[in-house]
Amino acid sequence: MKETKILTKDLNLYYGQKQALKQIAIDIPANKVTAFIGPSGCGKSTFLRVLNRMNDLIDNVKITGEVLIEDVNIYEKNIDVVNLRKKIGMVFQKSNLFPKTIYENLVYGPKINGIRNKKVLDEIVERTLTQAALLDEVKDRLNDPGLSLSGGQQQRLCIARALAVEPEIILMDEPASALDPISTAKIEELIHELKSKYTIVIVTHNMQQAARVSDQTAFFYLGELIEYDKTTKIFTNPAKKQTEDYVTGRFG
Amino acid sequence: MLDITKKTKDIQGFIFINVIRALFFILALLLILLLGKIVIEGASKFNIEFIFSSPTNNMTSGGIGPAIFGTLAVTFIMIIFAVPLGVFSAIYLNEYAKDTFWTRIIRTAVNNLAGVPSIVFGLFGLGFFILFVGRGLDNVLKTGLLFGQPCLLWASATLAVLVLPVVIVSTLEALNSVPKSHRDASYGLGATKWQTIKYVVLPQARPGILTGTILAISRGAGETAPILFLGAAFFLPTLPVTDICIGDYCIPMINPMQQFMYLAYHIFILATQSSDPSKTMPIQYGSTLILITLTFLLNITAIIFRYRFRKLLGKTK
Ligand SMILES: Nc1ncnc2c1ncn2[C@@H]1O[C@H](COP(=O)(O)OP(=O)(O)OP(=O)(O)O)[C@@H](O)[C@H]1O
Ligand SMILES: [Mg+2]
Repeated sequence: MKETKILTKDLNLYYGQKQALKQIAIDIPANKVTAFIGPSGCGKSTFLRVLNRMNDLIDNVKITGEVLIEDVNIYEKNIDVVNLRKKIGMVFQKSNLFPKTIYENLVYGPKINGIRNKKVLDEIVERTLTQAALLDEVKDRLNDPGLSLSGGQQQRLCIARALAVEPEIILMDEPASALDPISTAKIEELIHELKSKYTIVIVTHNMQQAARVSDQTAFFYLGELIEYDKTTKIFTNPAKKQTEDYVTGRFG
Repeated sequence: MLDITKKTKDIQGFIFINVIRALFFILALLLILLLGKIVIEGASKFNIEFIFSSPTNNMTSGGIGPAIFGTLAVTFIMIIFAVPLGVFSAIYLNEYAKDTFWTRIIRTAVNNLAGVPSIVFGLFGLGFFILFVGRGLDNVLKTGLLFGQPCLLWASATLAVLVLPVVIVSTLEALNSVPKSHRDASYGLGATKWQTIKYVVLPQARPGILTGTILAISRGAGETAPILFLGAAFFLPTLPVTDICIGDYCIPMINPMQQFMYLAYHIFILATQSSDPSKTMPIQYGSTLILITLTFLLNITAIIFRYRFRKLLGKTK
């Protein structure tokens, strides 16, 4: 029995005159990994950003329809975007650590939430680094600049940083696209670990990755949600011809 | 056969580089001659006494203490006006204002203002600060002729207006150089706009803002034209200082309502209205040397900031 975490209805998004998302209706389950796949420019990142209202930061974006998270419409007027984003963490395609130390990167979120107690902050650092399977690699160098880590470590630190504000949902936009196979494997393992506690939505261009890590897969094409189903179904027996062409790499 | 040993001839490049080299040497030579002349002629005056004492005998002897004091006082008040206003305006323009027709006009205007000749600012200061604001204040407050005349306050305010666009432009540049991805990271963690600016944007932009601001200030401190009719005095026996007393305790404070002597203006006076050039010439060189040293010190500070900033970035890359 699965519980719905995120539900969208008739969702349209326009960048100025240009429509980037068309009538998206999707139902994302809690404590599962949902993958978004689709060709470049089809609106995956745009849709991901709809879910934590990052598009508010871009001028000229118009959104219609509903996005319900635990039955609350997050585009309602009385919603506090700042609190919403604390509940919904985000990991970006390119690691975007602050030019601060590893420790400072991790405590940034807790600190802006008013946590000042050094002991509590230390605990958070240890917990999140353990969760991100990074503790052994960085525990002796917490005061080194975050940007001195390797690319894969940086990306895992970004995940740890997102976990530090104790979100319920984690949105990941191609988190492993710039990484080597070993780092990618570590991140996929991490996603697997995290899913018991968090609802995860991941955008990926890597079909195998989608197949490996996700429970549900959504296929987007030209701003439309073409097909959305169990990952095994999408990859073995998709209902639509377009989906089949895409997942088998026969896309025109 | 593959021939990779024969050198490719790049005659245009060769000529180009050497012309640039020659021009560079001419420029460096001119600069060295200029500075060398000032240093050699002014060195004899570069001492404590000259720096602290007042001119005597119709400026043919004595020091330039009041002019240095005036320059520092004007610069100090100019900083108080220009820096907070400029930095906050830039933060507003870059971070808060939407990209509309009007904000674009404002940006263009700021950029153009940075290139307006300084004498125009002087006339503006005379017209706006002294005649409009000053006389207006005098009328309203019934203070006779207190605000509506040339003085340190209006000179500082005018120089502040002069350096304001430069401060804004360099702050804008520094803010712009902070990557959007860092802001996104901050917002993604649930930070408010102000928290993002305070903890992510400003720390990264700070060295750039400081560098730009210091260079703007050093430009302002060396200006002559705008303060010509704003209170710079030919000769003043006293400093623009008044004691502020609380009970028996008195502290000397800069009095912004008085006239003042000013290094750049002092040099101008010595050069154009000397009563005895043979005697004033060394003083003139000495003053120039000190003015150059002051601006040089400011620029060095800016360079140190920039250097430390680069090092910080280098370490983190
Ligand atoms: N800020 C923006 N302003 C205007 N148009 C935009 C903006 N961001 C994205 N778009 C457009 O919206 C469409 C969807 O973009 P989006 O970034 O969501 O694609 P994507 O599926 O994530 O692609 P990719 O796989 O290459 O990351 C594209 O046509 C893009 O050009
Ligand atoms: Mg994308």
